[in-house]
Amino acid sequence: MRKTFVEKVFSNKSGKDVRAGAIVSVEPDYVMSHDNAAAISGTFKKIGVSRIKYPERVVIILDHEVPAPKESSAINHKEIRNFVKEQNIQNFFDINHGICHQIFTEQGFAMPGKLIVGSDSHTTTYGALGALSAGIGRSEVAAIWATGELWFSVPETIKIVINGIMPKYITPKDIALYIIGKIGSDGADYKAVEFSGDTINRMTVPERMVLSNMAAEMGAKCGYTPPDHNTFDYLRGRAKSEYESLYSDEDAVFSNIFKFNVEDVSPSVAKPHTVDNLASIKDVEGTKIDQALIGTCTNGRLEDLRAAAEVMEGKKVKVRTLIIPASRTVYKEAIKSGIIETLVDSGAIILNPGCGPCLGAHQGVMAPGEVTFSTANRNFKGRMGCRDAEIYLGSPVTVALAALTGEITDPRRES
Amino acid sequence: MNGKFEGKVWKYGDNINTDVIFPGKYTYQKMEPEEMAKHALEDLDPEFVSKVSEGDILVAGKNFGMGSSREQAAIAIKYAGINVIIARSFSRIYFRNAINAGMPAIIAPDAVDAIKEGDKVIVDMENGKIITPKGEFTFPSYPATVMNILKKGGLINFIKANI
Repeated sequence: MRKTFVEKVFSNKSGKDVRAGAIVSVEPDYVMSHDNAAAISGTFKKIGVSRIKYPERVVIILDHEVPAPKESSAINHKEIRNFVKEQNIQNFFDINHGICHQIFTEQGFAMPGKLIVGSDSHTTTYGALGALSAGIGRSEVAAIWATGELWFSVPETIKIVINGIMPKYITPKDIALYIIGKIGSDGADYKAVEFSGDTINRMTVPERMVLSNMAAEMGAKCGYTPPDHNTFDYLRGRAKSEYESLYSDEDAVFSNIFKFNVEDVSPSVAKPHTVDNLASIKDVEGTKIDQALIGTCTNGRLEDLRAAAEVMEGKKVKVRTLIIPASRTVYKEAIKSGIIETLVDSGAIILNPGCGPCLGAHQGVMAPGEVTFSTANRNFKGRMGCRDAEIYLGSPVTVALAALTGEITDPRRES
Repeated sequence: MNGKFEGKVWKYGDNINTDVIFPGKYTYQKMEPEEMAKHALEDLDPEFVSKVSEGDILVAGKNFGMGSSREQAAIAIKYAGINVIIARSFSRIYFRNAINAGMPAIIAPDAVDAIKEGDKVIVDMENGKIITPKGEFTFPSYPATVMNILKKGGLINFIKANI
């Protein structure tokens, strides 16, 4: 007893009774990588092992530079396709699928109680399904491909309790930015985060994914939500295998407990150049923008596109507006429900599912002095490819509204 | 990794993120470590790569390396000549990437406060000591798993030796 969720996962995996502070060497259930699989395959070959130990645990999803913007990216993709064939990797998703975290979840790899790692910092996203999922480095992925296992330190857990009914125009993104602003970008460094409270209980899986995704921006190793009927409904007919839901004991020891009331949250904006540079929208209202970006692994799901379409319906955008559905499935549902037509009519550009401009590798690059208001998860200097440009972060609602007015605008004022 | 590092300090502030250490636009370009090193700290201090020398020591504030999981952010700094980083704290993935690249990431807040840019500093890994012009500071020794990876020069070499 008295164990946290992460202590239980690592105890199960290691076959020992481990607590926070222990170091264990264990076998993850899945290891995800994306366009960086090309570089990882190079490292893997240097180890001197010819075959991946557990190819069925390997998932590769191409999303960062899709379709290839330049010859070097095309060569990367080609090397990955060749490697996938050579190693007989079945869980391979080529450039026509979407963003890795969305695809991984849609395809049912993200399941309660599983230990999942990925060579991408936002691998924390699968915590929304009750998994222990953490970002790791490329060499670590190569090591798992070769040996099936990796070293982990068992982290302490911070509990974040969120209660209250979400006010109008407040989304999970506003809550995430608010919490990060309060606890700081290292508020959960090297810790597990466990979300709870009645607001979380009422959230759908896609809504919880926003919080678990943004847990990376608190420095967290994972962002776990205890699985419940919403989780089980989402996984029905989707889960790749059987799973066992794990929960922290009632008397588990948390290193810290933060309590928030969602009624205190106003539409939130992160100012340049850090995610914890929180502003209430009132303080940044009137900030002129040159580009609006709605999408990414944080806010590219159907709910996000619908929220944007509701704001933009029948109106025209004043600035360059880029929309990126998180996956082909999301894209198709957005077409069927008329969301895409609404967005196109307003003058927005629909980009193909993928990471797009978020990390400056592809599309939507800014010129010096320009400003993007984005639903992504990072606003670091140079992040979108230009070190003399600025990025503000907000929710799909506030970004869609700013696309229409050309400046950051409080949605509560417009209503 | 031998037991002691001695070098000149380059000092930076808090929350240095991976985008300013190694810009995202290079992340999916295939590069050898020596090429990565040419972009180390490019969007934080464009002069860094021209002024750093082999064996220098990087000192930083809290949450060094926050952000992306990109391993190049550790490898670029290592191949630019830095043997060891001392910080108030490290972001989780950066800490792992540094260790796995065979570059010690040392958490020593008191030493960070005492050290100035340009200082000559000695880091004694075996005894957990940092010797600065303002005196000696201690840091907790690494767990055996981590120490073994560092001794082999990083995770990949460690696995090669144990497979």
